Amino acid sequence: MKMLINVPETVVADALRGMADAYPDLNVDVENRVIVRRDAPVAGQVALVSGGGSGHEPLHGGFVGHGMLSAACPGEVFTSPVPDQMARAAAAVDSGAGVLFIVKNYTGDVLNFDMAAELAEDEGIQVAKVLVNDDVAVTDSLYTAGRRGTGATLFVEKIAGAAAAEGQPLERVESVGRQVNENSRSFGVALSACTTPAKGSPTFDLPAGELELGIGIHGEPGRERRPMMTSGEIADFAVNAVLEDMPPRSPVLVLVNGMGATPLLELFGFNAEVQRVLRERGVAVARTLVGNYVTSLDMAGASVTLCQADEELLRLWDAPVKTPALRWGM
Amino acid sequence: MLDADFFRRWMTAAAASVDREADRLTALDSAIGDADHGSNLQRGFTAVTAVLEKEAPDTPGAVLTLAGRQLISTVGGASGPLYGTLLRRTGKALGDAAEVGEEQLAAALREGVDGVMKLGGAAPGDKTMIDALVPAVDALASGFAAARTAAEEGAEATTPLQARKGRASYLGERSIGHQDPGATSSALLIAALADTAEADGE
Repeated sequence: MKMLINVPETVVADALRGMADAYPDLNVDVENRVIVRRDAPVAGQVALVSGGGSGHEPLHGGFVGHGMLSAACPGEVFTSPVPDQMARAAAAVDSGAGVLFIVKNYTGDVLNFDMAAELAEDEGIQVAKVLVNDDVAVTDSLYTAGRRGTGATLFVEKIAGAAAAEGQPLERVESVGRQVNENSRSFGVALSACTTPAKGSPTFDLPAGELELGIGIHGEPGRERRPMMTSGEIADFAVNAVLEDMPPRSPVLVLVNGMGATPLLELFGFNAEVQRVLRERGVAVARTLVGNYVTSLDMAGASVTLCQADEELLRLWDAPVKTPALRWGM
Repeated sequence: MLDADFFRRWMTAAAASVDREADRLTALDSAIGDADHGSNLQRGFTAVTAVLEKEAPDTPGAVLTLAGRQLISTVGGASGPLYGTLLRRTGKALGDAAEVGEEQLAAALREGVDGVMKLGGAAPGDKTMIDALVPAVDALASGFAAARTAAEEGAEATTPLQARKGRASYLGERSIGHQDPGATSSALLIAALADTAEADGE
């Protein structure tokens, strides 16, 4: 598999150097792998720190900036960062108002963020945590590591980030983040596997004419393989999987998210089908976002995330944000 | 009796073994995980041998504690905290004695394995590193060679199991039929211990 890289060992560092060059509002520590908004710490505001394996860009580094994350910690490709990174990030962004860790529910991320919280608390930093676990494809949470954190991470980081930017206290920012996670569900499909730089070949073998239903964001196979379906059939399957798990009581935020290698032309067409299914099911749509936000390297495919949003969550969603990947209102 | 140098050589042997088997570990991980177990452990154990050389801790406990801390700081993922905790807890249990006996090591390793089970929440049969480590610790009373055999058999016995912890658990029944990469690397760690002891004529 051809890749636009120098050597696999330096892909993460190379990308960080490139981000530093592209975004002067970010302070990128390439050696310690921490991306911090340049104006941090912001007085009187709770700071948001997230992180996870690389390969999901623009998540999380692309969401650092006003109204969203204060810092992001990229690990190796598909590997959680180490506790030292998050502890360093927390120390860099804490204004004294406390730090909220936003953690996707994977064994490694949870363990490393827990260890980081201990390190930060030893330094006198107040730390709270929101766990994101929105993926309905993991049905049997009792006998697995639990539902994975996927597309809802964007909703949690944006909405909790807006609450923090308003100067709300840590416990309130934390409860907003938890509420967004509890109100969100996702389902993803893959038309191709992805290729990690270290391995150099696809992570699983998906024959032409077949697709994987219920994938995560780490190139792991899904729960089920079927003959290829049309965009409309996939939308029916994905939206119904989400609605079955969470019959919505209020208008929803919709994220139609590309996995990395699906063209926007296809994604917008897929969004039209998602909106059709939602109409047929009587679900009101408050806002829609379409694009590649929570990706899985060069995987082709898409995920659908719905978040039930009351007036307050909608207001925070609409609040100004200025990050490399998400920007409106300023 | 086993001194600090013995434990340093164990870690060096483990690093060499992970180097040799990295591609195999990654291949196992790509079947039911995310294709990075070999490269992650390689990065960690390379850092472990470097820091042991640099800081030259002088007790068995200090060697394992430092090695564990280094794994936590360099590996990431789940395997960093889990292997880090295994070595750190074992090291702490060994205390600050200049030399330790095999029985002491067996008891300390059991504490280390208990620490891993507590941290990761896995039990025997969940298709994880525990499935190699628990039988190895049980067999250590009969000697290092018995522990190696038990760990290898434990790792092989994960093949028919359905994963209930870690990333492979997302696959449900599709995780059946693949040997667990974490149990496999745990067996390498125990084999490195047995190799080190045999080279010493223990």
